[in-house]
Amino acid sequence: MLATAPPTAVAATPDAGRRRRAGRRWRRLVSPVVLVAGWEAAARAGLLPPEKLPAPSQVLSTGVRLAGDGTLGVHLLDSLTRAGVGLLVGGVLALLLGVAAGLLRLGDDLVDPPVQMARMLPHLGLVPLLIIWVGIGESLKVTLVALGVFFPIYFNTYAGIRDIDERLVEAARTCGLGPAARLRHVVLPGALPSLFLGLRLAIGAAWLSLVVGEQVNAQTGIGFLMMEAREFSQTDVVVLGLVIYALLGLLSDVALRVWERRTLTWRRGLRAT
Amino acid sequence: MATRTTGNLTGPTGGTGDAAAVLTAHGVRRAFDGRPVLAGVDLSIAAGEVVALLGGSGSGKSTLLRVLAGLDAEATGRTGLRGTAAVVFQEHRLLPWKRVGDNVALGLTGPDVRARVDRALAEVGLADRRRAWPAELSGGQAQRVAVARALVRGPDLLLLDEPFGALDALTRLRMQSLLRRLRAEHGFAALLVTHDVEEALLLADRILLLDGGVIAEEIPVDLDPARSPDQPAFGALRRRLLDRLGVPAA
Repeated sequence: MLATAPPTAVAATPDAGRRRRAGRRWRRLVSPVVLVAGWEAAARAGLLPPEKLPAPSQVLSTGVRLAGDGTLGVHLLDSLTRAGVGLLVGGVLALLLGVAAGLLRLGDDLVDPPVQMARMLPHLGLVPLLIIWVGIGESLKVTLVALGVFFPIYFNTYAGIRDIDERLVEAARTCGLGPAARLRHVVLPGALPSLFLGLRLAIGAAWLSLVVGEQVNAQTGIGFLMMEAREFSQTDVVVLGLVIYALLGLLSDVALRVWERRTLTWRRGLRAT
Repeated sequence: MATRTTGNLTGPTGGTGDAAAVLTAHGVRRAFDGRPVLAGVDLSIAAGEVVALLGGSGSGKSTLLRVLAGLDAEATGRTGLRGTAAVVFQEHRLLPWKRVGDNVALGLTGPDVRARVDRALAEVGLADRRRAWPAELSGGQAQRVAVARALVRGPDLLLLDEPFGALDALTRLRMQSLLRRLRAEHGFAALLVTHDVEEALLLADRILLLDGGVIAEEIPVDLDPARSPDQPAFGALRRRLLDRLGVPAA
């Protein structure tokens, strides 16, 4: 029970703690800002040759210019489409197989051994073989993303289902829940935290696969933009491409975390105790 | 697997069985890795009767309850249930991702689920926690929700597997009186698995002692309903049970 009149000394402590934490957050901003400012200053002073590393302001204005004439939008859309389609194909396949292997003994025996074997292959090393199989077109990029996405989602789906507390399933049975209702009310919600983790890892893998895939004979996309710029020594565009890749990774991760927090509200209560 | 009949139980009902039995079991056997834990258990519980199943640790009390609840596919023998049963486990076993109200409503159907849930929660004194997450409850509160989840189904038989074993002593006393009150109101029969002799004496009409995989002794508890450990008859029975369980007098 809470006391009706909390002592003032106790009430002051969390406030001071919050102020200290806020202060630390500002302090953590100092070195990145100094680094970028130093980079800018070095470029302007001529210490950094523009063809090796252009100034951040230069990169930014190039970004604004390319965004303004629509070039950036077109390439970004193509990259996002590849990532999205690959994520969808690999993710759905991984989810189905992960559920089959996690729920059914037969599925486990049939699906898991080959997946465990394939996991040992670094999927980015498959590029030469994939070029022979599916060519150098769009299907190569999408296949590469789908492969990168598959493993984190499969393993986390499988583990999420396997880690469900058997006692909860049993309690649901005594409440008269049949297999389908148990799947809906116990297994799936119980596996959801793992699924979110799998998805976050998968999106990271998707961007990585995209970067590699887009360097193979791409006609569009952020990767193409960078490769083309390299040929014309437009270093600012190359750096811009890197920044965009980084921003894509950051934004998708933040979005996913927000979605996760909204979906898994019950875990907040768990943390509060 | 134990043959399980639900609904009207007909046919031979064995020595202890009677026409009004809500639960009967015959020759229930269960072995783990060839080591028999239950070696032919027979029991019967009459409608509205509270039976405590007492035994030392590892005597197979919980195993028997799981068989009777239909949760053990590998046991053999016959069990018969007339009406419905609900289970309260030692841990609350609430789904952490469902709010308290939804946990109680689990598996319920019909138009008045909400009202039934509210009533059940009010009966265990948690009417105001319907929207809480299980993680926000104390151990005693969570166990009360588990009792509400069982009660809301209007069971003819409540199977209780050391339901208060994980609670602190004070909370346990409160839960015991709560159970007595609910039983007086609803008139359900109950099988209470416990290792606590006093709890068995406080709550049960009859005590079964499980030893060597069989019901070794059956002890009627002839105490008045408002019994308390201070009564001499209570103390005598307590001593007798402790002797039987091999606990020497201090």
